[in-house]
Amino acid sequence: MRFEGVIFMSENILERVLTRELARQIDGILSNYQYDASCLIGILLDIQQIIPKHYIPEEIAYYLAQKLNVKITNIYDCITFYSSIYSKARAEYPLQICNSIVCKVKKGERLAMNLKKILKVEIDQATADGKFIIEMVPCFGACDVAPAVKVNGKIYGNLNNEEKIKAMLQKLV
Amino acid sequence: MTMAVKFMTKNFGRYDIRSLASYMEIGGLTALKKAIQMPGADIAALLTAAGIKGRGGAAYPMGKKWLQARAVKAAEKVIICNADEGEPCTFKDRTLIQNDPFNLLEGMIIAGYVIEAQHGYIYLREEYSYLKSILLNAIKQLTEKNFLGKNILGKKGFDYELHLCSGAGAYVCGEGTALIESIEGKSGRPRMKPPYIKQCGLYNHPTCVQNVESLSLVAAIVNDENNIYQTYGTKGEKNSIGTKLISVAGNVKQPGVFEIPFGITIRDIIYGLAGGLEGQPISLIQFGGASGKVASKDILDTPYSYEHLIKAGVGVGSGAILVVDESTSVIDFLITTQAFFSHESCGQCAPCREGNRHIRLLLQKIKDGVHTQADIEKLNSIADIMTVSSLCGLGQASQNALKTAMKVFPDAFKIMERGVKIG
Ligand SMILES: Cc1cc2nc3c(=O)[nH]c(=O)nc-3n(C[C@H](O)[C@H](O)[C@H](O)COP(=O)(O)O)c2cc1C
Ligand code: SF4
Ligand code: FES
Repeated sequence: MRFEGVIFMSENILERVLTRELARQIDGILSNYQYDASCLIGILLDIQQIIPKHYIPEEIAYYLAQKLNVKITNIYDCITFYSSIYSKARAEYPLQICNSIVCKVKKGERLAMNLKKILKVEIDQATADGKFIIEMVPCFGACDVAPAVKVNGKIYGNLNNEEKIKAMLQKLV
Repeated sequence: MTMAVKFMTKNFGRYDIRSLASYMEIGGLTALKKAIQMPGADIAALLTAAGIKGRGGAAYPMGKKWLQARAVKAAEKVIICNADEGEPCTFKDRTLIQNDPFNLLEGMIIAGYVIEAQHGYIYLREEYSYLKSILLNAIKQLTEKNFLGKNILGKKGFDYELHLCSGAGAYVCGEGTALIESIEGKSGRPRMKPPYIKQCGLYNHPTCVQNVESLSLVAAIVNDENNIYQTYGTKGEKNSIGTKLISVAGNVKQPGVFEIPFGITIRDIIYGLAGGLEGQPISLIQFGGASGKVASKDILDTPYSYEHLIKAGVGVGSGAILVVDESTSVIDFLITTQAFFSHESCGQCAPCREGNRHIRLLLQKIKDGVHTQADIEKLNSIADIMTVSSLCGLGQASQNALKTAMKVFPDAFKIMERGVKIG
């Protein structure tokens, strides 16, 4: 049984997130992959990149299920399994700090602490303007320049003091 | 003492990685042209003579793998280049793609010829998305010039295409069957074996998975008429022929990727190539990434080779060398390592899913100085159970560091009087 009010609300959200323009862009991504459902992971990553806060909103997951003719559970199986695919809104610039062993021995914790202090947020908490979020992630292969931050696919290495961290933030915005 | 050499890295910096023409000017694709005039089995024999073992970690003889893949009869076969490179401290494959993408692809095309495959896939970890355009551009140029496509180089029936697929931040997808699940658009949970992927892999086609470094060696070996490659390495045993790409990081002054001949010592690597320690003395060295084993500084004079490292209680693995100084305690090191595996376990089987969590909790007790003899016994038994009963290599190897550390650094596990903290 469904309640009218609930349906109305979710339709409202659907309109808000999946604008006609966004749907057009997503269709473009899908046709790059020839609507091939086996390319789901690539598709999700590409879509995530064009969504301002870099995640897969629920409405878009449903849209994909329909367009690719796969079950919504398959889509969520992937979204929840892969740690680079996110189901919740993040920020314009997710600052990913590596928490694996090389960055640990290179005092990556200090980097996290400094970033928290500068941005005045906790890990996984976005700044009020929605620009930044600090995330801890496993090794991204920048161990030679540890401690490092990865932002929207780009690596910023050797961030071992506050000046360098601030310079990195400045470069982003 | 020969330190760094240039065999598989000889093209680094010598051509414009965005241009096929530039690659060909320095002799690129001569190996492919030569290879297609040879029977495929002869090329596999060259790899066997060069003693190449797979560089992804498992060290399976490459020539043998190619012969087996060749022998499987099927309408379609697949080659996968494993560029998932998820082991912490491992970044050599990244360097190969960044500096010599065409050489990797040339190796993949030769593999296609030898194995008689129609499709090649590169599975690139999401963390390396910045390398995507390099590879896509190289594939495009090779296709335009018919080094990929139908009847390659005019050879009738030699049809071969390359595809690029992205991972999405799951270490377990480096495991062959999980990788295949991922390319097929599913979550990357390892499959039960058998069937083995060499019979039934990607989309049920026979599949040969090979690491980036392994494939990057192929063209140079085919071109190596004077067997220069075989002049490198440990003599006598002939177990470790040639050169290896290693990635050295941690508390060293100059972390980086180096091509070394097998047989130089760990000391040469750490103090010669990587510039020595940053300040404090060595506490431990880990070989082969997070799933690798650890040693104390007693290993410094051991030659870097498959046989010497095994004898010393560690292994080559992914080729990573992590140097940790005394500013990080053994227990903190292990906690971080174990947290990595807890995070990366796909959760499909209990020994790995639960074992990694419990090890992490027990290690915290040790760090807090409140553990008992029973906890130490529990650590041992969990680790042993995981080794024998986990479904895939992740669960089987994730306690390697712990088990070796318990042997090499017994003091770190000493039972303390209540309240006295260590680590
Ligand atoms: C959990 C796990 C992760 C792995 N990750 C990688 C990897 O990132 N890269 C790789 O080449 N091999 C990895 N391997 C090994 C591969 O399964 C496989 O042995 C290898 O790619 C074969 O290529 P090779 O013979 O050239 O080494 C991994 C294995 C396991 C069990
Ligand atoms: S050993 Fe771990 S990673 Fe491998 S299948 Fe089992 S739970 Fe998954
Ligand atoms: S361990 Fe931090 S980037 Fe590899």
